[in-house]
Amino acid sequence: MLIRRAGDIRSSEITDEKLYRGRREFIRKASAATVMLAAGGLFTGESLAEPQNQWPKGKKGPYDTDEQPNSFKDITTYNNFYEFGTDKSDPAEYAVNFKTSPWKVAVEGEIKRPAVYNLEDLIKPRTLEDRIYRHRCVEGWSMVIPWLGFPMADLIKRLEPTSRAKYVEFTTLLDPEQMPGQKRPFLNWPYREGLRMDEALNPLAFLATGLYGKTLPNQNGAPFRSVIPWKYGFKSCKSIVKIRFLQTQPSTAWNDAAPNEYGFYSNVNPAVDHPRWSQSTERRIGEFFKRKTLMFNGYTDQVASLYSGMDLTKNF
Amino acid sequence: MAPGRSDRIRRLMKPLVFLLGLMPLAFLVWGFLTDTLSANPISDLTKESGVWTLRFLVITLAITPLREITGWNQLQRFRRMVGLFAFFYGCMHFTTYIYLDKFFEWQEIVKDVAKRPFITVGFSAFALLVPLAATSPNVMIKWMGGKRWRLLHRLVYVSAVAGVVHYLWLVKADTRRPLTYGLLVFILLAFRLVWYWKARPSKTGPASPAHRPLPSDALQ
Repeated sequence: MLIRRAGDIRSSEITDEKLYRGRREFIRKASAATVMLAAGGLFTGESLAEPQNQWPKGKKGPYDTDEQPNSFKDITTYNNFYEFGTDKSDPAEYAVNFKTSPWKVAVEGEIKRPAVYNLEDLIKPRTLEDRIYRHRCVEGWSMVIPWLGFPMADLIKRLEPTSRAKYVEFTTLLDPEQMPGQKRPFLNWPYREGLRMDEALNPLAFLATGLYGKTLPNQNGAPFRSVIPWKYGFKSCKSIVKIRFLQTQPSTAWNDAAPNEYGFYSNVNPAVDHPRWSQSTERRIGEFFKRKTLMFNGYTDQVASLYSGMDLTKNF
Repeated sequence: MAPGRSDRIRRLMKPLVFLLGLMPLAFLVWGFLTDTLSANPISDLTKESGVWTLRFLVITLAITPLREITGWNQLQRFRRMVGLFAFFYGCMHFTTYIYLDKFFEWQEIVKDVAKRPFITVGFSAFALLVPLAATSPNVMIKWMGGKRWRLLHRLVYVSAVAGVVHYLWLVKADTRRPLTYGLLVFILLAFRLVWYWKARPSKTGPASPAHRPLPSDALQ
């Protein structure tokens, strides 16, 4: 279904998987030996894991970061997707048999022709592109992820919202049989997220149907999810079944659960702490030392104008 | 006279319990070396050491009630070691915070402890364990006197409650695990309250043997 154009990456640029695994194995054994020798010296190295060369480094598009993407394994085994359980390893374990085809997406509210689409029909006219984005979780860790998908604005324009549409709301599938986490009231299911219309139309706002050039793994929000790189990770909505255009600001799942902790905007902002923990630093997965968190997750140039004149400590 | 078989088993028990206490650490080291921890091994280390601190505290608190119920007085021999394992994993947890989370930025740490309730209460839970570990050797018990020592060591109840609150305040939405530890600590403390209440000297006569006060368990 998700066929991406050939020729974006020359095959010579990609490290052969066997070679890559071999290197990893060697490094692991070598580091194990070092740890034994250094017993008591704790960790002295720069990072716990060797940089992942599985995805070629370097930007291709104007919106890509040139930072080194995390390994496919890291991205697909360390997930917050409470529909499949609250441990980071739960989604990879419990989403294995999640059924993502056929998949229907209802489009409702302030648009010319509300309808239910087959996902293929929403995606088909578009050419999928890679987007290498930083991903910052509200918990204080981050990754670099090479997504595959298309700009959110492309879809929204084609759906033709009316002039009354000021917000767009996304809803995750509600199916406790397939999503065992939904059997417990961690959140007010189904998961709902929302954006202001101008945020949704920003060129960075993205709809992903894949990562690492492959179809999106179930644990990462298959078959279809939003990616909003200047906001905390929970602002993106996974396994989307409904897109609704609204005149007023929608209620969102985490904001419902703890309004003083998770605001509607939830822009990455090192100056505004979460009430329970600091947001000034983050640990990039695979790195030993923490790094300073950047305003708007480093996307200030592209998105700061959306919030000019707003008090971001109040509109957190 | 050669030691009997039960004596030999008795002597083997302590090293065995000691090795069991090291197993959580062994699993972490094994996981690190075999690359089977999560993508965020530092977070794993923090979480596991924290949870094991709480588990060992619960086991420590369970020993006296278990002995009372089962009458198996041998259990008491392991209480100090299990308590010290709680302190050991508490030190690991504290170190991951000071080093791997804050990298010894003391100003940041002081601000954090003062400002963030879950850190404040977690820090207190750990700080309360320090005098208990420091007064765990027999010589300290003798020096302090059993009565004062027992009084001091009631701090373990406060530490356990603070540990549960610390856990409860840090989770985002799924409170099942912290609440489970909360329930266990509640039961273990309630047992003591009931026991203490029953052991009050009655007006009609001396306490019956079944209601004797807690023996001075440390001084055997």
